[in-house]
Amino acid sequence: MLSYLVRRVVGAVVVLFVLSVAVFAIFYLLPGDPAQLVCGVKTCSADRLALVRQKLGLDQPVAMQYWQFVTGLVVGRDVSAGPTVLHCPAPCLGFSFQTDEPVLALITDRLPVSLSLTLGAMVLWLTIGVGGGVLSALRRGRFVDRATTALVLGGMSVPVFVSGLLLLMVFCVWLRWLPFPSYVPLGSDPAAWAANLVLPWFALALVQAATYARLTRTSMLETLAEDHIRTARAYGLRESRVVGRHALRGALTPLATMLAIDVGAVLTSAALTETLFGLPGLGQLLVQSVNTLDLPVVVGLMLLAGFAIVIGNVVADLLYAVLDRRVSLT
Amino acid sequence: MSVPVETTTRAGTTEDGPPPARSARVVWRRLLADRPAVFGLAFAGLAVLVALTAPLLSALEGQDPVTFHPELVDSARGGVPLGSFGGVSAEHWLGVEPQTGRDLFARTVHGAQISLAVAVGAAVVQVGLGVALGLAAGLGGRWLDHLLGRVIDLVIAFPSLIFSVALLAVVPDSFPRPLLLMLILGLFGWGGTARIVRAQVLSLRSRDHVAAARLAGARPARVAFREILPGVVAPVLSYAAILLPSNMIAEAGLSFLGVGVRPPTPSWGQMLSKATTWFRGDPVYVLVPAILLFLTVLSFSLLADGLRTALDPRAGGLARRAE
Amino acid sequence: MSASQPLLAPVAAEEARRPVVAVEDLRIAFPGETGEVVAVDGLSFTLSPGAALGLVGESGSGKSATALALLGLHRGSSARVSGRVEVAGVDLGAASAEEVRRLRGRRIAMIFQDPLSALDPYYSVGDQIAEVCRVHTGMDRRAAWARAVTVLDRVGIPSAARRARSHPHEFSGGMRQRAMIAMALACEPDVLVADEPTTALDVTVQAQILDLLHELREESGMALLLVTHDLGVAAGNVDDVLVMHAGVAVERGPVGRVLSAPTEPYTRELVAAVPRIETPRRSIVDTKGVTPSSTVDKNAEPLVRITELRRHFRQRGGLFRRGEPVRAVDGVSLGVLRGETLGIVGESGSGKTTLARMMVRLLDPTSGTIHFDGHDLASLPEKRLRPLRRDLQMVFQDPASSLNPRRTVGDSIADPLRIHGADESEIRRVVAEMMERVGLDPARRDRYPHEFSGGQRQRVGIARALVLRPRLLVCDEPVSALDVSTQSRVVRLLADLKREFDLTLVFVAHDLALVRQVSDRVAVMRAGQVVEIADSDTLYENPEHPYTRALLAAVPRLDPEQARAQRAARRAVAVADADHAGTSEGAGEPR
Repeated sequence: MLSYLVRRVVGAVVVLFVLSVAVFAIFYLLPGDPAQLVCGVKTCSADRLALVRQKLGLDQPVAMQYWQFVTGLVVGRDVSAGPTVLHCPAPCLGFSFQTDEPVLALITDRLPVSLSLTLGAMVLWLTIGVGGGVLSALRRGRFVDRATTALVLGGMSVPVFVSGLLLLMVFCVWLRWLPFPSYVPLGSDPAAWAANLVLPWFALALVQAATYARLTRTSMLETLAEDHIRTARAYGLRESRVVGRHALRGALTPLATMLAIDVGAVLTSAALTETLFGLPGLGQLLVQSVNTLDLPVVVGLMLLAGFAIVIGNVVADLLYAVLDRRVSLT
Repeated sequence: MSVPVETTTRAGTTEDGPPPARSARVVWRRLLADRPAVFGLAFAGLAVLVALTAPLLSALEGQDPVTFHPELVDSARGGVPLGSFGGVSAEHWLGVEPQTGRDLFARTVHGAQISLAVAVGAAVVQVGLGVALGLAAGLGGRWLDHLLGRVIDLVIAFPSLIFSVALLAVVPDSFPRPLLLMLILGLFGWGGTARIVRAQVLSLRSRDHVAAARLAGARPARVAFREILPGVVAPVLSYAAILLPSNMIAEAGLSFLGVGVRPPTPSWGQMLSKATTWFRGDPVYVLVPAILLFLTVLSFSLLADGLRTALDPRAGGLARRAE
Repeated sequence: MSASQPLLAPVAAEEARRPVVAVEDLRIAFPGETGEVVAVDGLSFTLSPGAALGLVGESGSGKSATALALLGLHRGSSARVSGRVEVAGVDLGAASAEEVRRLRGRRIAMIFQDPLSALDPYYSVGDQIAEVCRVHTGMDRRAAWARAVTVLDRVGIPSAARRARSHPHEFSGGMRQRAMIAMALACEPDVLVADEPTTALDVTVQAQILDLLHELREESGMALLLVTHDLGVAAGNVDDVLVMHAGVAVERGPVGRVLSAPTEPYTRELVAAVPRIETPRRSIVDTKGVTPSSTVDKNAEPLVRITELRRHFRQRGGLFRRGEPVRAVDGVSLGVLRGETLGIVGESGSGKTTLARMMVRLLDPTSGTIHFDGHDLASLPEKRLRPLRRDLQMVFQDPASSLNPRRTVGDSIADPLRIHGADESEIRRVVAEMMERVGLDPARRDRYPHEFSGGQRQRVGIARALVLRPRLLVCDEPVSALDVSTQSRVVRLLADLKREFDLTLVFVAHDLALVRQVSDRVAVMRAGQVVEIADSDTLYENPEHPYTRALLAAVPRLDPEQARAQRAARRAVAVADADHAGTSEGAGEPR
């Protein structure tokens, strides 16, 4: 167990290191000048450009910039912003080239949006996906099963920005049942929060629900074919108990671990939905920062995404060991 | 309510299940017996045909995908196409693009070209890399396997969508975009194939017919080519078939985020990206690429599903034709 | 299902002891790709309270499908069941789902072949037993748990109160089957259906489980339906047998009579095919009328001389300590004489397969030497080993995995010749000759392995091993995946080929009776070491090592009288060392 955790932490550090080096490398090895963007493409004089470069730290060698970034992350660092010197405490992700705001603050500001979107959608896709999958497996080969299978194949073929667009057209433009989504914090008005998020939730949940339904069905069919299910029947257990206590337990264990990984991948999965609905979440922030070559923000987001994915994977492993006692973590 | 009980009893038979597909002909015959797969095959074939003949088709219509037709849009209403259904007419079969008035039919068929080319190209890169590295891991020594196993895990866990976004944004426009998309999707997407190949090689390696070949004095290369590689073909083929629709979705997603194919080159994802601002005024502009994208992805998925069943993963599957 | 009139009414009137199970004209069919596959056809039998009936047959005889039908477990499946099945007075065909459910586990209980997969891995053994009690008796949680602990204790689980909280994977194979039996006992059923209950177990554990079942039956008076492919298991544990073949009852009667004087040709053949542990090796003559082993020169230099051979498998350790290696083979020294058949027996985990694979260098030894023809096989690099390969061949256990499913059998047989550079016309001739020699039609050379039966596939494997005319042939459990009649034919073929090709054979198997019949000398392995090696008849008649004696005492006998005597002897030993009631099961054999 201890050796497992140590190896996992070492693995995580390696992943994050590779990730950050890769991001730095991409932005420096390839052309494109953030200073030029900040300064303005046409109106910028050479002097001003140099000044901006210096202010952003772009005049220093790449290795130096990377070193400063890493020290900032671990112990914090001081950053000169014109005449004043700002202290950026650890974990310091630096300041945005575009807005001068601390990257960490930018991220924490937008985190609730992404979490609201993903967690809400998750409830939906679990309900629909697992429910549909179980039903489909229990009614194997019958109408419900075939209908579910068709829906699953359809659902998996609709990219989130297509389903989202169609939902918008139907519910906001034609039926006018729902407001055009804009984020309202949960704390200020829960009803408006939910009403605004309904469409993004469904859009994001649709594809995932299809994936989960398919997996649930497969997993459930496999479990139902296992010998211990036959034993449960052979000993006179009611069918509801055979399915509810014995089959579901085995069938859902792999899904729990997959869920942990998916929640870890939240930033990746939500980027398209956020962009489509104009929700000010992390995904949207990423797309914006990439388009403006805002390196510190991009690096910060990448590290966060990597971190979340690594954590998701560890949680998945732990969950698996807890849920299935045959698994031992070594 | 009750569910089938699996029994292990077989009477008067020595079979362990349906025979494995032994030739391409058998797979083909099984595929044709599967109705959804036939639909998938037909529509996917149509899409490929349209993509291949895109210039011909738009020439037939008498339009091209890049010419502006400002006279066909209503500048007073922000550039919504004149006429009903987004400006459908005898000259413009699917109407025109809002604001610019470019011909929608021409853009759509050319868009098919890009979407399919990127999906296929990326799949080629994914399968090539995946098979090469999976084989190296499975056939190489313990150390190589350990190292490559880690790399494969890393590639699969990598936040590839956002990384692709970053990469696409900084590569200069002079690099051909479709090629770049193929490479990026390919470079991030080979992990699954590699994992499948590695697992299959490891499982085949432990089988007794491999031991028997070694006892017969076969050199490692002969063992690999005769006893192991043929068993890898079927799982790779059935996985590669799933890669196509998922690559199409990924390409559309990146183009939607504005980092994929650059204008004026048309692509379905990029058309949808523009459509987000027009779905109130010009719904046809949304529906055309949306429905086409959906149907194409669906048909490729159906085809992949049918192919997987036809290859019969349980029995092992496709091999060279019986001599 | 057919609604027939109460056929058994007159019987019930006649006899106060009405049968607890009555099967009348049972037919079970499964839909197949090409029409219906009939698993059971027109089967009838009855089982009186307290009686024990053996349902015996080879694979595909329909015996397991019959067992499942007794609990109505074909309900809801694609199987079509007709005829009448009555259990404890309930007609399963006519009964409602709820009536059948109340019967299962309470009046009729079943135990299965593989207790690891038959028990739910997610719940503790005690939980699963208690659940059955609660379902049928309405006991509260506490009482049900207490009952579970009681029955676990009864079946011989040590410290049952604590072990009830363990999950199935934490038990050894024998303990798991005990737990399964405990579950069957929970509601004191009238009938126990045991479907190959000891097939997955080692012979000593098998004896313990069968003794336990016997004891429980004496004590509780429940009836037993024992489904088995092993005539020896049936002989010692049932009163009557019903021999099935291809879904049809072939012969029935008291077990002693059927096994000693079978009347039907099929039964005669079946009984004759079973190797008997009491038959001396010296009395066996092969098809050409030659007594084997007459040619072995015991004083000559052995063909293979193994010294202090070891093979350790690394286990994953913790962070700061290395895992203790598994010593699969732990210091074996023995010689294989020219022209002999050396049998190697042992239970699972004894290291016999590892030893066999090292002899042909499919596995590299950790240390020790294997001298063959002036070379030390253990240390030769692969390149220098290659020319020697043609002298060292192997026949594998699983005929499904030992043939490449994507190549024709002709190709598989021809492969060794191609590698050694024979020309094609020569290859065609040799392959045809060899196929004919092992009893296969050379015209089928272009067929694929799945078109052959298990026994035929094993013949292909033998042909492939022999085309290079090897000097040493190592057979690793060559017939254990086959039915007994096929088994005896393949064994006879091996004996003929051995003489014809002037082979030296190493025959690895777990079946002690079989090994006695085929081997000139026998080595007994346990925990990676050879505990005893001697001439076959000497070893079986005067075993020296206590482990050999225990093994031999556990082997099922075909004669019910002998089986009873054996059981009594085992009981005496068990009483003597009641304190060491543990089992002697090893870990799974690493491959």
